[in-house]
Amino acid sequence: MSELSGQIREAVRKLLRQKEVDLVIGFEAGTLPLHSTPCFIREQQEAERLIWNSFCDNNLAKYLGKRQEKIAIIAKSCDARAIVELIKEKQISREQVVIVGVPCHGMIDRRRAEAELEGKEILEAEENDGELTLKGNGFTKVLKRSDYLCYGCEVCFHRNPVIYDILIGDGVAEKATDQYSDIAEFEAKSTEERWRYISDQVSKCIRCYACRNACPLCYCRECFVDNTHPQWTGKTTDISDTMIFHLMRAFHLAGRCVGCGACERACPMKVDIRKLNRKLVSDVKVLFDYEAGISLDRTAPLATFKPDDPEGFMLNP
Amino acid sequence: MKTKIIRKQDMTGLLNNLIQEYEVFAPVKRDDLVIFDRIGSDKDVSLEYTNSIKPPKEILFPQSETLFTCGSIGDAASIEVPVSEERPRLLFGIRPCDARSFLLLDKVFNEENHRDVYYLSRRNDMMVIAIGCIKPRATCFCTSVGGGPFSSQGSDLLLVDIGDDYIIQVITDKGSRLVEKVGVADAGENKLALMKMVIQEAELSMSPQIKTDGLKEKLDSAFDDPIWGSLTEKCLSCGICTYLCPSCYCFDIIDEVTDSKGERIRIWDSCQFPLFTLQASGSNPRPTNKERHRQRVMHKFSYCVDNYGQVSCVGCGRCVIECPVNLDIRQVLTTISNR
Repeated sequence: MSELSGQIREAVRKLLRQKEVDLVIGFEAGTLPLHSTPCFIREQQEAERLIWNSFCDNNLAKYLGKRQEKIAIIAKSCDARAIVELIKEKQISREQVVIVGVPCHGMIDRRRAEAELEGKEILEAEENDGELTLKGNGFTKVLKRSDYLCYGCEVCFHRNPVIYDILIGDGVAEKATDQYSDIAEFEAKSTEERWRYISDQVSKCIRCYACRNACPLCYCRECFVDNTHPQWTGKTTDISDTMIFHLMRAFHLAGRCVGCGACERACPMKVDIRKLNRKLVSDVKVLFDYEAGISLDRTAPLATFKPDDPEGFMLNP
Repeated sequence: MKTKIIRKQDMTGLLNNLIQEYEVFAPVKRDDLVIFDRIGSDKDVSLEYTNSIKPPKEILFPQSETLFTCGSIGDAASIEVPVSEERPRLLFGIRPCDARSFLLLDKVFNEENHRDVYYLSRRNDMMVIAIGCIKPRATCFCTSVGGGPFSSQGSDLLLVDIGDDYIIQVITDKGSRLVEKVGVADAGENKLALMKMVIQEAELSMSPQIKTDGLKEKLDSAFDDPIWGSLTEKCLSCGICTYLCPSCYCFDIIDEVTDSKGERIRIWDSCQFPLFTLQASGSNPRPTNKERHRQRVMHKFSYCVDNYGQVSCVGCGRCVIECPVNLDIRQVLTTISNR
């Protein structure tokens, strides 16, 4: 991992030296164990701050919109998929961004690692050779890294960036095609069970909007929940209001969600937000044979119209 | 200060006793998250916790609350204010930082010229039984902002875990009346010596994390410092730091109207949301992360010092732990202090 950090710094220094970009968005060490944190670099000498490890879990594509400068972005595969969508949706031009792609082994879900320690506090975390070593007062625990990945990373079938200008390190082996077995399991439940599950999850929501604000594809200048004139949705934490927010958001992301899981990781209340989003990702795949973030050329299914669309779901509901 | 003692196993009886008389709120585990909730029996309580994910402020100041409903009866308008029939509330097992936060909330909701009847209807008879922290987290900085792992500010009783027993420190008259009523033994000398050791050990494990001396002056003079831009560039403008903060109290008031009935509702609001300061003209005096995050820091560490004579942060560390991009307020304050 430190080798990758070195290569990233090298590439970034060159980009800044040759004035190919004005700004670099990457990760630096966080203030807490198991955390890296987004950083913004404009000077060559600051490149030393950049790091790469299994804690770089934010989707940095979030920071690309509404900027004028030429930007280099350190992009793992899901960041790259989000960039593809942002380019297609004209939020940024391909020319404005230099994509420094990093093949990804998956990011660590710190809550999963913490759960292993039954309340003991992690004060230090190190990773090497597929192992994660956690240290605290009076304990050292070694975990197998691959057992503690974020859920989004566990079901990720595109670990190599689909788009890049510079590639850091070697490619990583891809898993077989996604069968959406987790979604099939959910679909097999009765309507009541599914409703109960989603209701239980959504009832935890405190409407902090961290899911929306961490999502690289939630970039509406005015989100429907923030609109006050007219006010489309209730503002309380009553389940009827929070449910509308989560359902509408999920539908708004249909065919656009790249499955990075940034929403779920940002949620302080551990709401299983991805269940809805991933169900729609799966539907879009099954119905339209389309995956968001994979190709710059294919138009998103909900951004197109064909006069000969059979619209079977309307005629035979 | 009076000190009593109770064996841990006897706490069950005490709690069930209290449940008969009070609406008891205590830390409970829901889906791996510890939150404060109403309990029906001692079995729901989970005292083995560092701190809850959400602060207990919602027990006094709910995230959404109906202030009144209105409608019409014939030609006349009608207004109904909800009346609480509830018994007095008792908060059991909250952390000293959160107990302190109630004193900060009081300054806002029980201010001489503005008494908030909704808040006070819950606050007036409320009993607070806090439990001191024998293992403060590395993200806790209560000692840097005037508190401590065994601070009794805001509590009526404070429990100290000394192994098989809890020492009960009796802080207020209200707390004293409660212990007299339930009848618990006085703590002996050797147990008190043990308590002192426990407290000292916890206090020694904490080191100062922010420098508050001269901080306000630094902040005031750094208002226009461009450093705010780089410190806050990664902020996502979500509401986590404010909603999980025990002392953040900003709210919005909305009207919901259906047919001929209306409801006026108070809901939490956050200075981190662009909508917070968006004006009807479309202009926004705090248009970016920089102005919004600076506001949060200035409010807590400068404006509250002006208004109330103390900082409005209890050092619980929730915003530090839960920020999705690890924007750490300790780092922000340290950077400003060093300017």
